[in-house]
Amino acid sequence: MMMKPERPVGIVGYGAYIPRFRIAAREIARIWDGAGGTPVDSKSVPGPDEDTITMSIEAARNALARAHVAPDRLSAVWVGSESHPYSVKPSGTLVAEALGATPWVSAADWEFACKAGSEALTAAMGMVGSGMAQYVLAIGADTAQGRPGDALEYTAAAGAAALLIGPAAEAVAVIEGTTSYVTDTPDFFRRADTAYPVHGHRFTGEPAYFGASRGAAERLLHDLGAKPSDFAYAVFHQPNTRFPQTVARQLGFTPQQIAPGLLSPKIGNAYSAAALLGLCAILDVAKPGDTIFVTTYGSGAGSDAYALRVTDALPERRERAPLTAAYLAREAFVDYAVYAKWRGKLVME
Amino acid sequence: MRHVYIIGTGATPVGEHWDRSAASLAVEALNSALGTIPAARLGALYVASALSASLHAQSQIGALIATAAGIPGIEAVTIEAGGASGGVALRQACMAVASGAVDLAAVVGVEKVTDVLDARREAALALATDADWEAIHGVTLTALWALLMRRYMHEYGYAADDFAPFPINAHANGVANPHAMYRFAITADKVRGAPMVAEPLGLLDCSTAADGAAAVVIASEGLARELCAHPVRIAGSAVATDTLALHSRSNPLWLAAAAQTTTTALRSAHLTHGDVQVFDVTDPHGIAAALALESSGFAERGTAVALAREGAITPKGRLPLATGGGCKARGDTVGANGVYQIVELVAQLRGQAGVAQVDGARVALAQCMGGIGATVATHILTLD
Amino acid sequence: MDLAKHWRLRHARYRLEGQRNRLTGEVRFPPAPPHPGEAEEIWEPYVLSGRGRVYSFSIVRQPPEGFEDQPPYLVALVRLDEGPMVTAQLTDCDLDQAAIDMPVEMVTRRLRDLGPTGLIVYGYKFRPMVQR
Repeated sequence: MMMKPERPVGIVGYGAYIPRFRIAAREIARIWDGAGGTPVDSKSVPGPDEDTITMSIEAARNALARAHVAPDRLSAVWVGSESHPYSVKPSGTLVAEALGATPWVSAADWEFACKAGSEALTAAMGMVGSGMAQYVLAIGADTAQGRPGDALEYTAAAGAAALLIGPAAEAVAVIEGTTSYVTDTPDFFRRADTAYPVHGHRFTGEPAYFGASRGAAERLLHDLGAKPSDFAYAVFHQPNTRFPQTVARQLGFTPQQIAPGLLSPKIGNAYSAAALLGLCAILDVAKPGDTIFVTTYGSGAGSDAYALRVTDALPERRERAPLTAAYLAREAFVDYAVYAKWRGKLVME
Repeated sequence: MRHVYIIGTGATPVGEHWDRSAASLAVEALNSALGTIPAARLGALYVASALSASLHAQSQIGALIATAAGIPGIEAVTIEAGGASGGVALRQACMAVASGAVDLAAVVGVEKVTDVLDARREAALALATDADWEAIHGVTLTALWALLMRRYMHEYGYAADDFAPFPINAHANGVANPHAMYRFAITADKVRGAPMVAEPLGLLDCSTAADGAAAVVIASEGLARELCAHPVRIAGSAVATDTLALHSRSNPLWLAAAAQTTTTALRSAHLTHGDVQVFDVTDPHGIAAALALESSGFAERGTAVALAREGAITPKGRLPLATGGGCKARGDTVGANGVYQIVELVAQLRGQAGVAQVDGARVALAQCMGGIGATVATHILTLD
Repeated sequence: MDLAKHWRLRHARYRLEGQRNRLTGEVRFPPAPPHPGEAEEIWEPYVLSGRGRVYSFSIVRQPPEGFEDQPPYLVALVRLDEGPMVTAQLTDCDLDQAAIDMPVEMVTRRLRDLGPTGLIVYGYKFRPMVQR
């Protein structure tokens, strides 16, 4: 059922970050004989000095810059990721320190495969919606790893998106409600202390991705009494190009509705950042009054759906930080050798 | 204060002394400098070394070398001031003798860098940069000089090729120096074609860190007359410091400590810039020599490279430089460089510098610096 | 394990926090203790904008220990808009793209990885301005 705080909340500021580097899917196919076609055109690759923490910091700085909210007014800095640089030592504390939000702030790391960022988002809605907090920063960020030669290697990408959640009256987009749909489904997992995840091949689509996405989305549409055509835009988790297109079609959304937020063909699957980066790209172009339907997905498995309505505050605020398109545009391609070196795939000793 | 004289010099060849310890190099140089003077007559021993503590995990090499030299019990200290260590140690010896506290003192500069491999050596050399605000960014001393070279080129309109006369001159002079590491000439084409170390610095405009030890014996006037037929006077001596980090200086192309020590040393020698006939400065790269000459007042800002191009830095020129091969051809012994400079300039003043001899040289200037001039020691040597 | 050394510099490293003189408005970086005779409270913490221009740059090809996996990398002196100059790496910048006077902005990146039993050291680097 739909969840909605008593005190209306919204996105006060948002920030995207995509690393500069890309590798073309055909370059990966060149090494691994990918004769069956590629799931994306290219994917983002973090530079050798980047990780979930550094990308979170930049996305968060963009969100704060848009909101004009001083960092010491944050009540929480929450980072959702499956690639926290430390197993034990929070990413959130370091990000909070870099932002200048310390020490009177909650900081935490969230994990739910590709849905870790949206977990933080839902929790932030509760925190602000209850009146406990005025501003909470929810970040999804990942530097995802795929085993060399595995199908995941074509898509496992990097990026970050930060959403500053605050009172609806200050928002660029009000969040009208959310649903969450989870089941224990082993479509994709990574055991502790292993480098690469394992995935369930066809199982990944049904029942996992499609089932959960439909479950959350249909319930939210139902509870809102809305239909897909009521929304100007929609964005889904995007593990490749085809899955979000397919689930959109299944639900009744059009290719036009999802086009501005569909980044996976160019940057691959940014995991915890994927759907939220798509939302950032939509906020970059949306007009006051536009409605946006967001559905995230995380393996294991579950989806969160959100309905948003853009306010008059958006057009001015979005100019205060780089647009998602600016990060997309600065692409610099590397070959598989450089990619292998940077991503720690060379055995050095 | 009493006048102070150099009455003996000695040095080992500079090179890769795989089979030698720092102490054995130091003792060889010291014995050579002492000649027939008994070591037991020394009142104090000043040991200069920039890297011994970090590369060999050995502090107190003053005591170590005193013991190796057979004079345990002597007052001995280690002086560390990066590449200025040798000059700073010399200044301590000068002050000890000038004050009357000691009549005879020895300065030994020693560096043993080839016991470790390249990356560790670069890290040790980078200890002379600011650890918190420079070295943590992976900046090396060479890279800092390269930053200055690029800025200098930008401000004064030079190309990287214009700096080639410095290493060419150093190598031409090194041929005549029996303890130089590289005793062969190089050409402008070779300098131009060398691989890059830190753009715009190429390999042949970069000194090679190497092993070596040099020593000088310092005496009061009375003792100098008694023990030495051709003493050389240390007529001026000065040490000054600047910010450790380059970025903290208002003008990074100005080596303030070089300027200050040159002025002070010349004034105490009752000499002027025009009196100096031969120079040795810390010159691991052409840009370092150029900035030293300019900051010390021997060339206008932005002109030292042009002067080098015109031949001014050769033994026949107005500003003869690196007559012993400098850091480039002699080999860069880091903390010992300041003592090698003295050994080589004493040879100049005694007319013993072979093909690199500067005719009629009676006044010489030795200047060594730690890091990018964070510590500078300048000495004026004269014949009475 | 030099934990304390990196920890105590975290504000300057992570967010380019320097100091501003309450009387004159002068901004300085890195932060420093008050000079002799200066009251401690004269200098207040101040986060710099991170905008600046390249004063000079070079490429490190012979790295020091701890940076062996990074070359070739760009290092630069950056003149910050508020006046101070800092030494840092340039990142997200092609080797042939760097230029004197190039406008740059600060980003927080990994400076060094001290290995499986050590810290990851984070701090400021600079990159060509991302279009706004």
